[in-house]
Amino acid sequence: MLRPISEQETAENMRSTYPTGNVSVRMAEASFPAPFSPGLEFNSPAHGTWNIVHTGMLVPGAQQIYVCAYNCMRGVVLTAAEMNASDRFSFVILSERDLILENLEDVTIEGVTDVIRKLNRRPPAVFLFTVCVHHFAGCDLRRIYRTLETRFPDIVFVRCYMDPIMQKLSLTPDQKLRKAMYDPLPMTDADPMSVSLIGSDLVLDETSDLKRILRHCGRRIRETPSCRTWEEYLQLACGSLILTIWPSAHYGAGKLAERLARPYLYLPSSFGYDEIERELQQMAKVLGEPETGLDSAAEQNDCERALHAAHAVIGDTTIELDYTFHPRPLGLARLLLAHGFRVETVYLDAISREEEEDYHWLREHAPTLQLTATNHVRSRVIPRDGGDRVLAIGQKAAWFAGTRHFVNLVQGGGLWGYDGIRRLATLMTDAFLHEKDTADLIIRKGWGCESCI
Amino acid sequence: MRQSYRILPVYTADVSGICSALYELGGMTVIHDPSGCNSTYNTHDEIRWYDQDSLIYISGLSEIDAVTGNDQKFIDALVKAVRELHPAFLALASSPIPFMSGTDFPALARIVGKQTGVPSFFIPSNGMHDYVRGAGAALAQIATSFVTEGKPADKSRINGRAANILGMTPLDFAAPGQAASLKRLLSAHGWHTVSIWAMGDGLDAIRQAGSADVNLVVSSVGLAAAKVLQQKFGTPYVVGLPTGLFARQVFAAMERAMEQGQNQYPCKDRSAGKPDSTVTIIGEPVTCASIAAAFERRHGVPVRLLCPLEALDEVLAPGDIPVQGEEEAEPWLEQARAVIADPLYRPVCSQGAVFYPLPHVAFSGRIYLKQMRDLTTWEVEYNGNE
Repeated sequence: MLRPISEQETAENMRSTYPTGNVSVRMAEASFPAPFSPGLEFNSPAHGTWNIVHTGMLVPGAQQIYVCAYNCMRGVVLTAAEMNASDRFSFVILSERDLILENLEDVTIEGVTDVIRKLNRRPPAVFLFTVCVHHFAGCDLRRIYRTLETRFPDIVFVRCYMDPIMQKLSLTPDQKLRKAMYDPLPMTDADPMSVSLIGSDLVLDETSDLKRILRHCGRRIRETPSCRTWEEYLQLACGSLILTIWPSAHYGAGKLAERLARPYLYLPSSFGYDEIERELQQMAKVLGEPETGLDSAAEQNDCERALHAAHAVIGDTTIELDYTFHPRPLGLARLLLAHGFRVETVYLDAISREEEEDYHWLREHAPTLQLTATNHVRSRVIPRDGGDRVLAIGQKAAWFAGTRHFVNLVQGGGLWGYDGIRRLATLMTDAFLHEKDTADLIIRKGWGCESCI
Repeated sequence: MRQSYRILPVYTADVSGICSALYELGGMTVIHDPSGCNSTYNTHDEIRWYDQDSLIYISGLSEIDAVTGNDQKFIDALVKAVRELHPAFLALASSPIPFMSGTDFPALARIVGKQTGVPSFFIPSNGMHDYVRGAGAALAQIATSFVTEGKPADKSRINGRAANILGMTPLDFAAPGQAASLKRLLSAHGWHTVSIWAMGDGLDAIRQAGSADVNLVVSSVGLAAAKVLQQKFGTPYVVGLPTGLFARQVFAAMERAMEQGQNQYPCKDRSAGKPDSTVTIIGEPVTCASIAAAFERRHGVPVRLLCPLEALDEVLAPGDIPVQGEEEAEPWLEQARAVIADPLYRPVCSQGAVFYPLPHVAFSGRIYLKQMRDLTTWEVEYNGNE
């Protein structure tokens, strides 16, 4: 159990030893949406968020093939190895000669062909990842795919990219993957009684508001992470409604809905009663239902009770939270501050446009709240000595705070809606009461995936 | 096709090798890269990242800056970071896109060095080679820039025989206490360790390296620095890791090197590559050759060494086999009756082969971190039934 904070150990005293410099900014002075100036980038040892390898592995039976240089390969191939999925990951290494003297299209085509011929099985789909150097060399990707599709007509080639050099001004590799991975879904008749939840890495909680509504309306829900076979995966095309809750899947899910000519809803997980209620009503409307089946007043009362119960246990303990726990860190901070919790620091590097309202609320109501960058040059040297005086929500917050008391979950887990708020309260209470092995847990890649380390 | 890999991973790359070699020396290392190099390094190639601070960053290179050749943004970020954090030096590393666009790194280093007064240099790299090359070049640069004084005229200031240990990073030596263990071994044989490059010792110890009588190169990573130190101070080097029954040969070679002033290669004194070799070892050539030599001395069985890295030929014995990539390694491993290798090699070995796991961070990363061996004491439990 966390040691209760004493009056002497005020937050101000604890914080005063931190050389905040320009790695931290008070909410009152934070600019939107970029509170920190760009520069060299640090990467913390908290690795629970998913990367493109983890997400690609959600597609049953698919083989991932990467074509890139040595160091770029090292990170992705060991991601696959650590999740015990080496047999579904292959690659082609590009050398200097390939970039300067050879024809990159031919190297890619022949390398991928060779890999496929060496495989012990015939995959239904190959996720072929081309990279920054393909882009810079002006590689004819259409020729590559056309040739491979002619050579292997029984394999679906999915156009994937590991080109982070593009991500500051364009879509990230993650966003592109969450579009490409649904390209194989066929045009098919919609099943009016089913809904497809697209783009999430983690299964939505069974008790989440969305699932309760869908059950109430007699709808079947299909989710990407639940698919166990390629055939089952293709059935995602049957949903009469395409739904996503994950911000970086918004682009891809929208494209899928457009292609399949289905209605589409983006219902991001949030911590505000008004937004939750608005989204629930939106859902019911699209489903053609007169009401959601949930008693909003009762749901909100339950949330209040859960938050107050958590606060009764956690009290004035310092709370630090981060953006990897949930894509709405400011919304989360707002919810907790509004319910009397002592939230002192939010770790983030940019503020999502979706959080503009929360940003303004916090500037007005919590001007001393600290925003601290996670990838700033100084992020490496901030003292990580919060220790047992801090309850962290999220892996990065746990590392920066140096605490063993933290909520170990990434990307919002399966939390959604009123139910998500109640579960959050339970998770916080549990984290307050029980310590975890932070050093062992947060370094594992892909929270929820197998990990052999 | 030589470049295609069905199931094996690749070794740690040059840029991670640079970061690893310089980790404890108080400098700042920056990889000019869009994203990924830092995460790859600190996740899979750096076991000290969680709780030992080191200033290692990426530039976050964007498409527009790469296309327009906007180096100023990078320079400004470097100057700002160096002025804020006061590192002992600044080391720059490259990646594939700056390699393609021909970024002039030595010039960038000169500009930043001039503006900040902090020694700044480029370590040749592009993310397209293995760690031996990168880490080796980094340590060579340290030898060039920071080791300025040779043996003192008054030799009595040094107690007994003195050696540096070159080429020790967690990429090859990840067992807890490995540096201390080797230092103790040297001490037990009458050798004072001046500095360990670069694990457990900082830049202050390394600056004293010119005072050593001999440089002991315990992995191929240390070879380039040994050559620089020889050129600067005439210090001979010995290539080999004292391990098991082979340790005696290494220490004898160190004596010879000191007396004769000649480099010694005890790790090549093996039955390497004899046609009747039934045991195969694959990995970093100096450590593996030393383990093989100890094995041969203990069991009288010849060991075939496969070298999957870009090590210099001079560390390989006649009969050792360089293998480039999975396709070249696979036939040798398939035919071996006993294999000593990182466990991730097991899928390409014959099912009937006896497998002796030798986890190696530079290959499998942190996957087998809890099973790392102290390479100075580990011996293969061989029963001869293979």
